[in-house]
Amino acid sequence: MALPLHAQDAKELNLYSARHYQTDEALYSDFTKKTGIKINRIEADDNALAERLKSEGANSPADVILMVDAARLWRAQIDGFFKPIHSKYLESRIPANLRSKPEPEGSTWFGFSTRARLVVYNKAKVNPHDVDTYEKLAEPVNKGKVCTRSGAHPYMLSLIGAMIERRGEAATEEWAKGMVSNMARPPRGGDTDQIKAVASGECGVALTNSYYLVRLLRSTKPEDQALVSKIGFVWPNQQTTGTHINIAGGGVAKNAPHSQAAIQFLEYLASDSAQEYFANGNNEWPVVKSVKIENEGLKMLGSFKAENISVAAIGKNQIAAQRLLDRVGYK
Amino acid sequence: MNRIVVPLALLLFLPLFGLAAPFLIPGNNLLASGTLSHLWHFVLGGYIASTLVLILGVGVGVFILGVGNAWIIASYDFPGKKIFEWALILPLAVPTYVMAYLFVDLLQFSGPIQSTLRAALGMDSLWFFPDPRSLSGAIWSFSFCLFPYVYLITRTAFLERSGRLIEVSETLGYSPLQGFIKLVLPMARPAIFAGMALALMEVLADFGAVSYFGVQTFATGIFKAWLSFGDRVAAVQLALGLLSFVLLIFFIEQSSRSKLRYASSTRSRPLAKTLHGKKAYLAFAFCGATLLCGFLLPAFALLQLLFKQGLTIDIRYLDWLGNSLSVSLLTAVISVALAVFFAYAVRMNTRLSWVNRLLGFGYALPGAVLAIGILSFLEIFHLAWWMSASMLVLVYAYLVRFLSSSLQSVEAGLARITPSMDASAALLGLTKGQILKRVHVPLLKRSLITAGLFVFVDVMKELPATLLLRPFNFDTLAVATYQLAADERLAELALPSLTIVLVGLFPVLLLSRVISKS
Repeated sequence: MALPLHAQDAKELNLYSARHYQTDEALYSDFTKKTGIKINRIEADDNALAERLKSEGANSPADVILMVDAARLWRAQIDGFFKPIHSKYLESRIPANLRSKPEPEGSTWFGFSTRARLVVYNKAKVNPHDVDTYEKLAEPVNKGKVCTRSGAHPYMLSLIGAMIERRGEAATEEWAKGMVSNMARPPRGGDTDQIKAVASGECGVALTNSYYLVRLLRSTKPEDQALVSKIGFVWPNQQTTGTHINIAGGGVAKNAPHSQAAIQFLEYLASDSAQEYFANGNNEWPVVKSVKIENEGLKMLGSFKAENISVAAIGKNQIAAQRLLDRVGYK
Repeated sequence: MNRIVVPLALLLFLPLFGLAAPFLIPGNNLLASGTLSHLWHFVLGGYIASTLVLILGVGVGVFILGVGNAWIIASYDFPGKKIFEWALILPLAVPTYVMAYLFVDLLQFSGPIQSTLRAALGMDSLWFFPDPRSLSGAIWSFSFCLFPYVYLITRTAFLERSGRLIEVSETLGYSPLQGFIKLVLPMARPAIFAGMALALMEVLADFGAVSYFGVQTFATGIFKAWLSFGDRVAAVQLALGLLSFVLLIFFIEQSSRSKLRYASSTRSRPLAKTLHGKKAYLAFAFCGATLLCGFLLPAFALLQLLFKQGLTIDIRYLDWLGNSLSVSLLTAVISVALAVFFAYAVRMNTRLSWVNRLLGFGYALPGAVLAIGILSFLEIFHLAWWMSASMLVLVYAYLVRFLSSSLQSVEAGLARITPSMDASAALLGLTKGQILKRVHVPLLKRSLITAGLFVFVDVMKELPATLLLRPFNFDTLAVATYQLAADERLAELALPSLTIVLVGLFPVLLLSRVISKS
């Protein structure tokens, strides 16, 4: 029988990560090269990690927890998975709206990268002016044109949670009703599938996470380039409330056996080299504003006005969001 | 014996206690969240309806493909039979979620077939072309993926059946079809049921593939309660509901099985009838079409993705492979040993038969729910850190989940060794040990290898429990496939998926050698 992994050995770090990006390998090996600290990893989806942390309780070997959705970060904070920490470096590098509210004992989680939920449309079928807000997607002009992934997906629930915060539950439910009646097909597939469906003409307009779009924009494969030539994209709600953004971030685990190494790792994630990697390797926006972006795809997207809604509000509204989707039959 | 059997069975039953834990702690307000009543009001009816349609459709699908192919292969000789005999097991190596990706990728609106057709016909959309992301798409895909369960077990039953049924039915003046319906099917019913039960339980427990098809089943409800509403208790209640439904099917199947009695006289292999002309062509077409849709097309699609991708091998690839192989092999060996133990325990003491029925529950639970049960159980005893430290918890989860499939196979094999055989052997003066060695082992060998193969391949493919319970730095091929799919990198997913398929081929080849020798 193995022993519990609780010996304080600074040469190791146990990471629970919900990031599922192939390109993250470079990030971890770079950290090990810089510090000599070996990273032990478990990657699974946010929920699986949360269940595991819950069951492991005080004996959890986790040092650092990374999540990929605002509502999930908030949930993890509420469940008491994070240990509050003080780090001058993190506080100076990461804007206040992208980390947890600092309490006297410290901050619990920090955002390290952001992504936006934007609108992709078929250039031959749709006038971009008709789809330049989330609200317009539910209007009669877009009947039979709209596609999204399943409403139960965390990315969708966060978008709808933010809308509940802005417009209230009743207005959001009306919007969801309109969306359902505008669907070109029942919700299904991932974000890349939505973009493909728009390019092929099956859908006129769809919602997608920015990094999937950027990946296609940067792709050298001929079939991807053909796909990109048929679509346009819009930053929704630029004249009004701003485009919905989501964050990926994390914090030190409550019972981290290697808490020093854990803080070191979080600080590394806010360093220039890691931030550049988020931008150039995985097509996310860095949270540190001074970092240079060398990513043609991200540059193509340009700059935009982002929605400003607290993560706590998005997290709090998640269940209400799922319930109203069920009520209107949004699959 | 009883003193070991019951505790051991209970040990494999513990996750269920873990699941039930929230209900055993007094003061837990179970319905305060209203999750269940909300689901019941708005969505559950639809989930149940689509689950029933799916089960019915896949049931018919695996029956036609499984029994049809098994009968043709067991009874007739025709060109290509030698290859079909083992090749028809191959679809078992394709995970349902990979089959779903490929099926949809090939047939969807933006896929190659529809795009070509639209261009050729000059149409904007093909109204007559069925959407692969639908209930019917899921039925097709599952049927081609899972029919080998029925094929394998039924074929074994046909081969080991007593006498020469075809000749009997000809003597009685039956047409081949009449003989098949009146003599062969009733004979093979327990085997067919066992295979169908395995396939349908896999469908009930599936979440990855059904959600990819955009089909909302009962499992969708379980996951919605758990993930969207963060309500573990409601998820468990739904899971227990699903389980009771499965157990009901199980008991019906069991009671019908217990009424059957075999009369086995000879062990001679029936002579396969040689087919000529049109009939040979038809047999070839039926088996060929099954193989094409169930294996050749998916494998070809994966290869094509792989070459498009260029052969860049991920540095972690060998780790994935090593982890998958070691954990699958270990589980398969332990699982067969346990299955033999339980099957014999029941044979010697039929009052224990409830134990083996209970052990079937693991297969019917969605892997993620089973994993939560194990987690809850470990939590009660503050042992959850074991997960990170060793493979133990993971192997245990696999055993709970897959023991029933090896048990089915071993029991079906053992059922064909009649009590009168034991009695005659004893009359001839053989000791118990000699009976085992000289009667049981030769007769059981094939069933044991089949049992091991099922578990090996199942573990290779298993995803949700692996994702939740694995130790640090322990990624398997299935996990890698999942991570790449989550990252929407279909092309990169080709290599690990194809490897799962290829590794699954080895035990299949092994099995086919055993088959051809016997």
